[in-house]
Amino acid sequence: MPRPGFVLDVDRSTPPMLFWRGENFSLERLPADRSRVIYPPEPLAGIEDVDGAIRNALLNPMDAEPLPTLLKPDMKLTICFDDASLSLPKMRQPDTRQRIIEAVLEMAAAAGVDDVHLIAALGLHRRMHDYELKHVLGDRIFDAFHPRGTLYQHDAEDYDNLAVIGETEEGEILEINKRVAESDLVVYANVNQVAMDGGWKSITTGVASYRCLSFHHNPKTLQNTRSLMDRHHSDLHKSLWRMGKVLRDSGPQVFTVETTLNTDTFPKPFDFLAKREWEWNAKDRATYLATQKSLSAMPVKARRKVMHNIESPYKMTSVQAGFTPTVHEETLKNVYAQHLVDVEGQTDILTMGIPYICPYNPEGIMNPILVMCMGLGYLFNMYRGKPLVREGGVIIMTHPTYPDFNPVHHPSYIDFFEEVLPDSTNPAVMSEKWEKKYAEDEWYRHLYRTGNAYHGVHPFYAWYWGAHGQQHASKVIIVGGDAATVRRLGFTPASTMNDAFEIASDVVGRSPSITHLHVPSVLVADVK
Amino acid sequence: MRALQVRRNIAMLGMARIASAVSPVMAAKMGPLEMRTVDDPECPGGTNAEGWHRVHTRLAGICGSDIALVEGHASTYFEDWVSFPFIPGHEVVGELDSGKRVVLEPVLGHAARGLPLPFAGASPADGDDYAHLAMDSNGGALATGIQTGFCCSTGGGWAPWFWAHESQLHHIDDDMPDERAVLVEPLAGGIHAALLAQPSTIGTENPVVAVLGAGTMGLAAVAGLKRYVPEARVVVGARYPHQQAYAKALGADVVVPSGELQRAVRREVGGMLVGGRLTSGAHVTIDAVGSNASVSDALGMTKPRGRVVLLGMPGEITLDLTGLWHRETELKGAYTYGTETLADGRTTSTFDLAIEAANYFEAERLLSATYPLADHVDAIAHAASAGRRGAVKIAFDMRERS
Repeated sequence: MPRPGFVLDVDRSTPPMLFWRGENFSLERLPADRSRVIYPPEPLAGIEDVDGAIRNALLNPMDAEPLPTLLKPDMKLTICFDDASLSLPKMRQPDTRQRIIEAVLEMAAAAGVDDVHLIAALGLHRRMHDYELKHVLGDRIFDAFHPRGTLYQHDAEDYDNLAVIGETEEGEILEINKRVAESDLVVYANVNQVAMDGGWKSITTGVASYRCLSFHHNPKTLQNTRSLMDRHHSDLHKSLWRMGKVLRDSGPQVFTVETTLNTDTFPKPFDFLAKREWEWNAKDRATYLATQKSLSAMPVKARRKVMHNIESPYKMTSVQAGFTPTVHEETLKNVYAQHLVDVEGQTDILTMGIPYICPYNPEGIMNPILVMCMGLGYLFNMYRGKPLVREGGVIIMTHPTYPDFNPVHHPSYIDFFEEVLPDSTNPAVMSEKWEKKYAEDEWYRHLYRTGNAYHGVHPFYAWYWGAHGQQHASKVIIVGGDAATVRRLGFTPASTMNDAFEIASDVVGRSPSITHLHVPSVLVADVK
Repeated sequence: MRALQVRRNIAMLGMARIASAVSPVMAAKMGPLEMRTVDDPECPGGTNAEGWHRVHTRLAGICGSDIALVEGHASTYFEDWVSFPFIPGHEVVGELDSGKRVVLEPVLGHAARGLPLPFAGASPADGDDYAHLAMDSNGGALATGIQTGFCCSTGGGWAPWFWAHESQLHHIDDDMPDERAVLVEPLAGGIHAALLAQPSTIGTENPVVAVLGAGTMGLAAVAGLKRYVPEARVVVGARYPHQQAYAKALGADVVVPSGELQRAVRREVGGMLVGGRLTSGAHVTIDAVGSNASVSDALGMTKPRGRVVLLGMPGEITLDLTGLWHRETELKGAYTYGTETLADGRTTSTFDLAIEAANYFEAERLLSATYPLADHVDAIAHAASAGRRGAVKIAFDMRERS
């Protein structure tokens, strides 16, 4: 029986806490008697018969006809699937999406459906490399569809192949991939790792145009998204659900398949990462030291390679299929069952270690903009109710924050770092002044459409993702980061955790209360 | 008199080149530059002393070409265009025997050599045959030398006084401080480069000129562009923060760290980056560095059929010129100054423009430190690492005598 998450009050006997520092870690001692650590629940048990569960979900869907009854020989069937931004780290093969799609294809074949397209729902993310597609879908699906051109990646800039479905009562235009729009049935194969994902978001972002995305991926919406993990208090999700209604009323029939994963993230020798520090045995401590020292001795490229090569032994904890909103509510229950931790009240300071990966750098470099996005966007938003840190408090993150970029994946990020951030770190200002130029840049458009680059506007979206956290905290400190780079982000550099507390004392006084968000693994603090 | 002198000494040049890799101080100590007692130079006019003046040095700047010489990096190209032993120093504000202050236009041109001018009103550097620079003239009294500071007959600015022909002298107003006037010569070089950029900007919508490097010459080019090529949008890549601040203060439209210049240019003009080069690029790039990498970078960020102006002295470099061939890029040298034709058709001398620009920009802000001639080792070392040490222009100060 896995233990639930809990809040540890730090006292003098509490050992130092593990913090991510990009592709490495450190152990940091937190002040006794005024610090607490939020530990995630242990991984839930996974489903033993995954294929059986998927088949059962397809045959017994929620608020929908069984999938076989929806399949007709002369129909256009399109299967969309989440891209490489999920899961993080990538899961061991076979990927859940492969299992879902294989089950759907088996039923489609039995029904005589031969017009089947598979579309990677990458929105404005970078196109997946072939090896990533193979990892997600398996060689058999890849080899059967890719050479025939029926397995491809969504292109949000291909205006000949986009179609307007309709408009919400708020004037938001839903514009999606034309093949999806014109399909008789769309099956969406989802991997739900956090509560933010899934539901109507899958199609209304995954196969949408830039124009469509800009209605909700903007500073105003994201500053009023409180939080990303709580869709009922998220302007982002409200907009997506309005678009979902348009899709439901005027778009193709959608059959959603959502799955949830447990948090069994790190295989040996990294399994000590998921243990609570005071439960580390001699072997864990030795492994930590050996790993930390080895990683420190490696060049950063080698460290990245080691970390990105990790494949997670996740287990699927649920699968549900059918009508999107009903399915998603069940998904959320299952996601929260794994992630939620009850927490009483806020503190003056929130500390968190920023890892080497976020949804926007699978196989790539966690550049400075993504450090901001991961810290103030994702980790800060790991709450329901109230943020873990009070308004006007201080956020302390640990990360090397080197000014390194992957020029293939993140070309516009480099210019954003060089041109936009020196001008303004204010999401509203940069949106007004710079976003259009980047969104319409022909070079970025070319690289997004034909290479493996994120869309030109993507660094703005990554920045907006942190807009709520940025607005909420009065100071953000990065420990161990490249000082000039940290300053360009609008943050304050500190060389040690104690320096960071000293710097923070200007804002929160000399005896602030502190919360440490223990990552890994993923948790959502239910703050009362 | 006591002066700094360079003698032809291959061994010392070699040692300086090696020592410069270790430290500028060692290069200055071991190089061919020595403080010596030298004979007062004879008037280079020979039997005709008319027009020749003694110039008493007040301030004399240290130029990148001087440092290249002292550190043994100068190209052998100039071996036939200079005469040893010579006293360097060509960025000079000085005083005539009459007490009038002047700045020196250092080229020893036709008038100084008693030869007919290439055209009426020509400046010393004008003309399309440089033969006169490479031979003795005035009955042998004026030896080979492209300019004061590289000629054994005239002396040079790194001495208490030297000879200059009146064609080389520009009188300055009493209210122009020496610290400003000593910047006139480098400013003239930068303005000349800026005006060489102008033909590629005329008739162009939103012309972009990239300036690679923001030492003295890069900043002088920025000043020249903002003053005399106002239609150009100037994008500067500057290595050091103080250089970035100066470039902004001189009016550059976009200033970025050197490594970001190519992308900054792309952001201005659009286009793509293919194989490390822009598919489009700046209409003109002024390379104010003159290294292997800088020339290569300049070619890679200049649009097809655009122009690269080499303002920094490049020396011997290795380049893949396929891109230049493919893109039909024009490579233009910008050694010095002369008679300029402005966009409105007016002709004037670069030095007149430079004096005007020096006053306009209050160029003394670029003079970071001065040293007495006796402290030449420290002065040269400072100039050789000016960027790293937060400096721009270093000069010798010889005003104690007055």
